Amino acid sequence: MRCDGYDVVVIGAGLVGGAIACGLARAGQRVAVLDEEDAAYRASRGNFGLVWVQGKGVGRPEYARWSRASSERWFDLSEALVEDCGLAPCYARPGGVVPALSDDELSDLDSMLAGLGQAAGNAGYEYEILDRSRIRELLPACGPEVAGGTWTPYDGQANPLKLMRGLHASLVARGADYLSGARADGIQPLPGGGFTVRTARGAISGNKVVIAAGHGSKALGAMVGLDVPVHPEHGQILVTERVAPLLDHPTLNIRQTDEGSLLLGASQEDRGFDTSVLARTSRDIAHRAVRVFPCVAALRVVRTWGALRVMTPDGFPIYDQSKAHPGAFVFTCHSGVTLAANHALEASRWVIEGRIPEEMACFSTDRFDVSQAA
Amino acid sequence: MFRRLPDPAAIVTFDFEGATFDACEGDSVAAALLANGVLAFRTTPVSGTPRGPWCLIGECHECLVEIDGEPNRQACMIEVRADMRVRRQHGARMVAGWREE
Ligand SMILES: Cc1cc2nc3c(=O)[nH]c(=O)nc-3n(C[C@H](O)[C@H](O)[C@H](O)COP(=O)(O)OP(=O)(O)OC[C@H]3O[C@@H](n4cnc5c(N)ncnc54)[C@H](O)[C@@H]3O)c2cc1C
Ligand code: FES
Repeated sequence: MRCDGYDVVVIGAGLVGGAIACGLARAGQRVAVLDEEDAAYRASRGNFGLVWVQGKGVGRPEYARWSRASSERWFDLSEALVEDCGLAPCYARPGGVVPALSDDELSDLDSMLAGLGQAAGNAGYEYEILDRSRIRELLPACGPEVAGGTWTPYDGQANPLKLMRGLHASLVARGADYLSGARADGIQPLPGGGFTVRTARGAISGNKVVIAAGHGSKALGAMVGLDVPVHPEHGQILVTERVAPLLDHPTLNIRQTDEGSLLLGASQEDRGFDTSVLARTSRDIAHRAVRVFPCVAALRVVRTWGALRVMTPDGFPIYDQSKAHPGAFVFTCHSGVTLAANHALEASRWVIEGRIPEEMACFSTDRFDVSQAA
Repeated sequence: MFRRLPDPAAIVTFDFEGATFDACEGDSVAAALLANGVLAFRTTPVSGTPRGPWCLIGECHECLVEIDGEPNRQACMIEVRADMRVRRQHGARMVAGWREE
């Protein structure tokens, strides 16, 4: 490990920081990655594992395009990880389904996708409205309450734990220094450019610093003049015993993993910094799952957990560089699995070039500035 | 491979794939099978290789068997009972989908 002289110090090694650092290391940058202990808040180890595009970007076509580009780029990310460390994150993109339990739900989905299709313009937006019989062709396990659904070819799934492991193994294989137990407590911009980061394991300096610390980003951003308004949103997931292949397509709230478990998710609750599991939330998740796929009722639930999404006020990512201290970047989003390929293969380049492209300006923190909005 | 401690507990008998086995009252199904020399309880859904109990405390799911017709039961977490019918779990549990009449 070097004590200084890094090109980039990345703070946070969840899926966002891990992907950025992996991309930087693959591009030959000298990178240090700072992370906390095992017990830290870490959305990256408690998520649902979807690489999901359908329905994203209402009111923000750039986000729809960005998500879709990542689901495409995910094939390259998979290949890169296998090449670096032999670990496949089990990406598959069979297209995803959103089941509707009433005609009203179905027509809401229909108009949302029609709007996204319109906003996509020339790029097109392929989707299908599934009637009662068509959805049963795709997912024969659908119960009698399922009135139909929607499908796009852009949705897929991965094994998020293997992704996390793969990113870490890859960045290390590419020469980055990964430091756990190195919580960053201070960022000091240096007079001639560059930054020194104060950590539990000593001071670490680099020409640039990337804040990708999930819930830690708010405090760290403030140290370099970036206002990062993220808040925790609680999500709960139930995992069933492993069964033979049952679902050929992931759905928004129920999917089958590569190893056979069914994942049932994912609630959205405001509970502050609390990751505990509530029985009534589990009940609601299970109840809806059984209405969609009645056979789920026969399965044993073997695990359940809560985790905290890193949410922004409008739900879109934050990509920004400090105006007061150029070279200090912040990256955060609430779909770190979906966007992992973009972060590793695209956003990491912005750090190297020292510039976030113009078409990504809509994701800067300026949008939360009330004086601008007025 | 495994030998019992001298144990005064009462004997119960159960069925394992057609054979009648002895167990001590209070044994888990896993302990009873191990004491009878059964080491492979299941084959994995992913690679089909044989597996047996590992943690014996309900965490690893390596000990899955079929008990009285119900698949994917954790043998280490269930107490053996007289006349129980136990079979190996072969691969993944099959789930019947929904069929509209
Ligand atoms: C229930 C649930 C379901 C989800 N489902 C999906 C899904 O299906 N698809 C999808 O794309 N996304 C999903 N997500 C979102 C996804 O998990 C997150 O977007 C992603 O994990 C965020 O990664 P992150 O690296 O920003 O944050 P985190 O995973 O929280 O990681 C932050 C890291 O920064 C470190 N850190 C914090 N402060 C400091 C500091 N001061 N110094 C050093 N290190 C620090 C922490 O230790 C941690 O390792 C889901 C999330 C949840 C909670
Ligand atoms: S042996 Fe581990 S769960 Fe039974």
